[in-house]
Amino acid sequence: MRRWTLWLPLGLFAFFLGLAAYQLTQPKDEFVHSTMIGKPLPQFALKPAAADLPGVTTADFTDGKPRLLNIWASWCLPCIAEAPHLASLREQGVEIIGIAIRDRPEDVARFLAAHGNPYTRIGADDLSEMQLEIGSSGVPETFVIDGEGKIRHQHIGDVRAENVPELLEKLREAAE
Amino acid sequence: MRVVLVALLTLLAFPLAAQDSMPPAPYAYRQLDDPRQEAAAQKLMETLRCLKCQSQSIADSDAPMAGDMRHQVRTRIAAGEEPEAIRAWLVERYGDYVSYAPQISSVTWPLFAVPLLILILAAMILRRRIGARGDA
Repeated sequence: MRRWTLWLPLGLFAFFLGLAAYQLTQPKDEFVHSTMIGKPLPQFALKPAAADLPGVTTADFTDGKPRLLNIWASWCLPCIAEAPHLASLREQGVEIIGIAIRDRPEDVARFLAAHGNPYTRIGADDLSEMQLEIGSSGVPETFVIDGEGKIRHQHIGDVRAENVPELLEKLREAAE
Repeated sequence: MRVVLVALLTLLAFPLAAQDSMPPAPYAYRQLDDPRQEAAAQKLMETLRCLKCQSQSIADSDAPMAGDMRHQVRTRIAAGEEPEAIRAWLVERYGDYVSYAPQISSVTWPLFAVPLLILILAAMILRRRIGARGDA
């Protein structure tokens, strides 16, 4: 056996040590991303989540205009943080359809009264069925849906100021 | 003593994210009436990842979303759906990560192939060594 092969185990050890050290310095992505991007929205029909707003069905997404689908809940704290940014998107002409996860109509009404209402419709998803259908794993999440009802983009977590231009760009791409 | 008390209190700390006040889904905590179906559902639920608390299975988690997933699994099983079809339905939406039962795919095949390769390599080296000793 040649001399250099003696160093092979040490070399391998150093390689794995380096690999582990490198992986430790990488930020961990703890989000479970939806694998439904590029696929059409599943068929669904949700009853209204608030008394004065209509519910949501798949047909509401297929009139040729891209819009946002916001998965949220009145009991979700980051949803309060994203409310002003959803309002700013609404002011810029974006239609936002909401889906309220495991929520009560009176809580939804209280949330909208306190933090503003950027939604044209809100569907009630009491058993997280719709949430599971589109591969969403938490609240809040925002999906870009194109005019044919196809899912184009998923934003996980609350929408922050810097995400507003990003989402506008995705909506523009979806309109092409 | 105070340190111990504080340490004990942190065990009782509530998670930061608020949870809803809705009752759990009908089949989140209720077993199916047919014991055979319930066993099939239980077996499947133990191999599906809770998306909110990713180190637990949905059978093991009290997160409301895990309860909704158990409801989904039980009602589908009760409707006669095959467990593997339900798993495939979830994998289609969340990717392989949602399942604790690894599948061979274009991404995961090295995990299955590498141990086999190492075994074959080890067998070859052993044979050469033992063969060489026999010659001497």
